[in-house]
Amino acid sequence: MVPLHYYLLVSALLFAIGVTGVLVRRNAIVIFMSIELMLNAANLSFVAFSRELQDLSGQLFVFFVMVVAAAEVTVGLAIIVTLHRNWKTIHVDAIRMLKG
Amino acid sequence: MDSAWLIPAFPFAGFLINGLWGRRLSKKRVGTVACGAMALAFLTALRLFWLLLQQAPDRRIWEPVYYTWIAVGEFSVRASFLLDPLSMVMVLVVTGVGLLIHIYSTGYMHDDPGYARYFAYLNLFACAMLLLVLAGNLLVLFVGWEGVGLCSYLLIGFWYEKRSASDAGKKAFIVNRIGDFGFLLAIFLTFWTFGTLQFSEIFQAAVQRFQPGDMVLTGITLLLFVGAVGKSAQLPLYVWLPDAMEGPTPVSALIHAATMVTAGVYMVARCSVLYALAPLSMGVVAAVGCATAVFAATIGLVQNDIKRVLAYSTVSQLGYMFLGCGVGAYVAGIFHLMTHAFFKALLFLGAGSVIHALGGEQDIRRMGGLRRWLPVTFWTFLAGSLAIAGIFPFAGFFSKDEILFETLMTGHGLLYTLALGGAALTAFYMFRLVFRTFFGESRMDPETAHHVHEAPGAMAVPLTILAVLSLVGGWVQVPILEDGKRFARFLSPVFESARGILAGTSEHGTHPSLWVEGALMGLSVMVALAGIGVAYRWYVADPQRPEKVAARFSRAYRWLLHKYYVDELYQAVVVEPLKRLAETVHEWVDRAVIDGAVDGAGALFRRAGAVLRRIQTGLVQHYALSVLAGVCLLILAALAV
Repeated sequence: MVPLHYYLLVSALLFAIGVTGVLVRRNAIVIFMSIELMLNAANLSFVAFSRELQDLSGQLFVFFVMVVAAAEVTVGLAIIVTLHRNWKTIHVDAIRMLKG
Repeated sequence: MDSAWLIPAFPFAGFLINGLWGRRLSKKRVGTVACGAMALAFLTALRLFWLLLQQAPDRRIWEPVYYTWIAVGEFSVRASFLLDPLSMVMVLVVTGVGLLIHIYSTGYMHDDPGYARYFAYLNLFACAMLLLVLAGNLLVLFVGWEGVGLCSYLLIGFWYEKRSASDAGKKAFIVNRIGDFGFLLAIFLTFWTFGTLQFSEIFQAAVQRFQPGDMVLTGITLLLFVGAVGKSAQLPLYVWLPDAMEGPTPVSALIHAATMVTAGVYMVARCSVLYALAPLSMGVVAAVGCATAVFAATIGLVQNDIKRVLAYSTVSQLGYMFLGCGVGAYVAGIFHLMTHAFFKALLFLGAGSVIHALGGEQDIRRMGGLRRWLPVTFWTFLAGSLAIAGIFPFAGFFSKDEILFETLMTGHGLLYTLALGGAALTAFYMFRLVFRTFFGESRMDPETAHHVHEAPGAMAVPLTILAVLSLVGGWVQVPILEDGKRFARFLSPVFESARGILAGTSEHGTHPSLWVEGALMGLSVMVALAGIGVAYRWYVADPQRPEKVAARFSRAYRWLLHKYYVDELYQAVVVEPLKRLAETVHEWVDRAVIDGAVDGAGALFRRAGAVLRRIQTGLVQHYALSVLAGVCLLILAALAV
């Protein structure tokens, strides 16, 4: 059986990639995908612990996360589409109207 | 006796009514409320007086305690009154003379736009003054003391649009503050020494615990006297009283002649036991009183403002009262206080009547011959002048002569001589006033002369009543006669313990023969008549004479005319250095330190903001990065623990 820390290392790596993506990329779609990466890194940890501790509630959480992520993607993509329609760009540096 | 609280409560109710709704009431109503409040207070006082007389002489003392005012640990003050013959005399004088002056004011102030405000202040004054004289402990007395000071300030500056009036009000308030400081220290020292402020307890403890000449008691009494010097306008704090004449004339009569300025004398008499145990303080009181009596009289000789002459005369007469108290003749001092209240109120109201008739003219150089136009004013003013000059059988004769007599009998020969000289000066300057105002040719301008009119009834009646009182007021205390000294018999229980102490320490109690007493009386009257005679020769028989005398002694004349340059001296020695100090403090402490700290705090945050605002870029990534950094820090911290 694969030991727990392997999973956790992969999870941490995925999370780090996600964070880096959010911080350094300027394309809204890519930032979005990075967020999905982070969520799935968390999911991986949940599942790994669930199996390690023989407790199903970890897997239950994963389903919740997936549902929330799906809802978030729907709303987020709708926003990105609207942005693109209005400004012809999805580059986040160009969209700073909310800055005082 | 339980209804004693009603006496100050009536004027206070009048103050509330006139102060809150006076502007909406008609003048007639305002006057009725104010005079009615005083009349009710006077009637209550008369009823208490009657009840007091029912008691045996040694039981004529009531101490109603209304409630515990302050209770902090050891410190406890009760709101209590002390009703004995001394406070009874004062209450009767304040309410009686006060009532007459209220009535007079309805005529004098009739055309003033601040009519309701005036009567509200006047009633408030009466309330505070009654609180002062009825007080059963030093703190209640102090409340009244400050209350009358406040009303004095408000009424001196009553015509506050006039610069000189508002300045005079401030001067009175500030000079009084100096005296009040001493008074407050005296209260602290009393509490520290006796652990109580209740008069009866203090006096009892003082007699039991202290020997005559004790340092603490000397300190207390001297500090109390500092307060009295301020309030009663003695040397060196008398300067506010002549300026206080900027107020309406009835105010000068009530506050700055008859009642408030006598508060100091009352307080010294009230604390007679303490003074008797401090011979040094008594000497100071007598010396200051005598010096003031003569000093103010000399200034009064040459002043040309009718009210200012009377003001200096008040200062001088207050000096006589202190002289009386200082030599242990408390009864004589209070007696003179009472008769002075009658005749000085009369003189001021008479002067007010003259000023009223002449449309505001106060300079006696532009009066003259008014006897023909103002007969009531003239005769009453003459009665007042005879009383203050000390001519038999007017009230002032009995009271002033008793002070002089007691001064000599207690072995103060020098003070007696000075005070006798002061009496001559008093007679001179008062009759100078009478002759310049009412006799000779008219020196009014035709316009004023055309409008001269006798006082209306509301003013003439109080004048007449006070004139009668100035005549008969002294008959309650007739020397030589068997059973003549009723006033002394009434008051004596109050001063019994003080007299007992004094009898033990000095040669009090030796009574000379009636022949000596009669001869001294004759001497007083002769001196007064001489003063009047000189005034007659100078101002009626030979009107050129005063100018010649003034020219001959021009230097002395100038000194007197400028009031010994005391105001200028105080200006240079006290006021200017204080001003400079204030300016320095303003520049360095206020501007540099306090304003600097406040401005600096503002500048600090503005600059910090200018730097920190750069962090807020509006880019979500930047915020996310800082969140990440924060999370990493937290994780590191968690790991480290």
